[in-house]
Amino acid sequence: MKQLIKMTEKYTMPDARGHFGPYGGMFVAETLIPPIQELNAAYQRYLDDPDFIAELDKDLQYYVGRPSPLYHAERWSRELGGAQIYLKREDLNHTGSHKINNTVGQALLAKRMGKTRIIAETGAGQHGVATATVAARLGLECVVYMGAVDVARQSLNVYRMKLLGATVVAVESGSKTLKDALNEALRDWVTNVDNTFYIIGTVAGPHPYPAMVRDFQAIIGREAKQQYFDATGRLPDALVACVGGGSNAIGLFYPFIDASSVKLIGVEAAGDGIATGRHSAPLSAGRPGVLHGNRTYLMADDDGEIIETHSISAGLDYPGVGPEHAWLKDTGRAQYVSITDNEALDGFYALTRMEGIIPALESSHAMAYAMKLAPTMRQDQTLIINLSGRGDKDMQTMAKREGIEL
Amino acid sequence: MSRLANTFEALNQAGRKALVPFITVGDPYPEFTVPMMHAMVEAGVDVIELGVPFSDPMADGPVIQRASERALAHKMSLRRTLGVAMEFRRTNQHTPVVLMGYLNPIEAMGYEEFANAAARAEIDGVLTVDLPPEEGEHCAALLKARDIDPIFLLAPNSSAERIQKMDAVGSGYLYYVSLKGVTGAGHLDIDNVKAKLEQLRANTRLPVAIGFGVKDAITAKTIADLGDGVVVGSALISKIEANLDNPEQAKQEIIELLAAMRHAMDNGV
Repeated sequence: MKQLIKMTEKYTMPDARGHFGPYGGMFVAETLIPPIQELNAAYQRYLDDPDFIAELDKDLQYYVGRPSPLYHAERWSRELGGAQIYLKREDLNHTGSHKINNTVGQALLAKRMGKTRIIAETGAGQHGVATATVAARLGLECVVYMGAVDVARQSLNVYRMKLLGATVVAVESGSKTLKDALNEALRDWVTNVDNTFYIIGTVAGPHPYPAMVRDFQAIIGREAKQQYFDATGRLPDALVACVGGGSNAIGLFYPFIDASSVKLIGVEAAGDGIATGRHSAPLSAGRPGVLHGNRTYLMADDDGEIIETHSISAGLDYPGVGPEHAWLKDTGRAQYVSITDNEALDGFYALTRMEGIIPALESSHAMAYAMKLAPTMRQDQTLIINLSGRGDKDMQTMAKREGIEL
Repeated sequence: MSRLANTFEALNQAGRKALVPFITVGDPYPEFTVPMMHAMVEAGVDVIELGVPFSDPMADGPVIQRASERALAHKMSLRRTLGVAMEFRRTNQHTPVVLMGYLNPIEAMGYEEFANAAARAEIDGVLTVDLPPEEGEHCAALLKARDIDPIFLLAPNSSAERIQKMDAVGSGYLYYVSLKGVTGAGHLDIDNVKAKLEQLRANTRLPVAIGFGVKDAITAKTIADLGDGVVVGSALISKIEANLDNPEQAKQEIIELLAAMRHAMDNGV
């Protein structure tokens, strides 16, 4: 992981036990403590291992297709009449989103740890596809847990996973979405700890996952920082990324955390609107609590029961958020806003028609916020938006909304 | 001495083992639980574990997950669970009651408020599945200050070092999860449990209750011979699930199963 310009040095979170201030940590049942300690030891060891880094860099370049371009959306910038908009094109990665940056990294770890079986949870199916992809390549058994509701609305990705040789398990418990898929994957892991590596797809879960997934995704921000610096000799004014669990956002933000002049803006899913209660915006409208191994902002009721969430995008439909985002929010280093389903659709159509790029519905939330923000900025200022995934997987959802049978 | 310590001490002196049933509070409906608890005491149980329903029970198998969902459908909560325990205690002063659940309901209530409320309800022990000692020292201290035992889990893959840690932080008893998996799983390996118990005994003086995979009188007897107590949960809740249209029948079958376990544990099968 070559670093050509100064990245993150002053900011040193998390601490040795995985805490970001009061957030993060390792809140798991006892059976998972030994495998998590084993994983943490392997991760700490290979993080600085030149052989491992060289293998990862090679995969990122020749298999994933990195570096991804930093694209100046000139027509859209002109149309909005404010800041210059740059798109970090994670949609161009192999499998169509940023998720593969992390699965390539974790799969290499699994291989070095001698694990023969991979499990994963998935919401929109992008992480499931990215996991099934690397498992196929390494010849590892792969089981992906996916909420039954998501299986129905992301059937294309289910088919892709099956083509790649993965077993897709439709989870029928609870709200039948991403959080329930995570519960079920944790249950699998507890049962099969000896041979199984759990590839978590976002910066949530118990330590070391939030830090580890961030470190694998930080390639996004390192490249963007270098690319923008090479083109202009300076830093951008603001970064915008959608936040479900928050892996694409932290991947972009992390290398800029020390650069205090750069605004970091995470965009949560407001669903039908924050006031309706039907949303997926724990940072905007939730409260701190513990779920899935870490303390963070959650959507929970007064009794601490997790509330069912809603978003047009399956990938943002999660009641928690990575603990580092909770910390960045409380310290004020990042700000978090929210975008409704309808606004996200505006972002989806705008990018498609202005720039000829069809974004994923998740990424469309970031686009929609940029449409609000850019006109308030000067034309000599710059906004980098993380285009975290492509919209191909959402064609059925969109066609259905338009009343078209595919 | 806590009610739990007294109970295990008395059993030990009598050469008997503790029978510890687990039921989810409010399953299949809130008013079912207190009479069920009294009936279980009459059937010869020594300690009662009350499962606090949670929306996302990550360490539980499908049987206890569904019990949680049924209870939550009746708006059962941690606060109402404490009310149930308090009601039970009005007419039973001797049977220890242990709450078993997940951390977020406690986080939502606040640790100190929870510890105070648990003390008022005369709760004897609290086992929080997703609160390992590394994260739980503050909570454990609050509980101990109110004579409530913080109870910790141990697993087949727990090292000697971790057993010592639980011995230091925990009290009342240690709960040994006899297999890698979720509650209600089927693959109990007696030889493995036996070997692990030797390691546990070498590293703790706390009583050890063994759970996960106890289904009938024979497994209860076999497990009882290895530890100080037997925890049975999913096998009981399965009776509730099989008789949702007739909860009294479920109660009767639970009592019969517990009585058979008690008899096997005391007299052999």
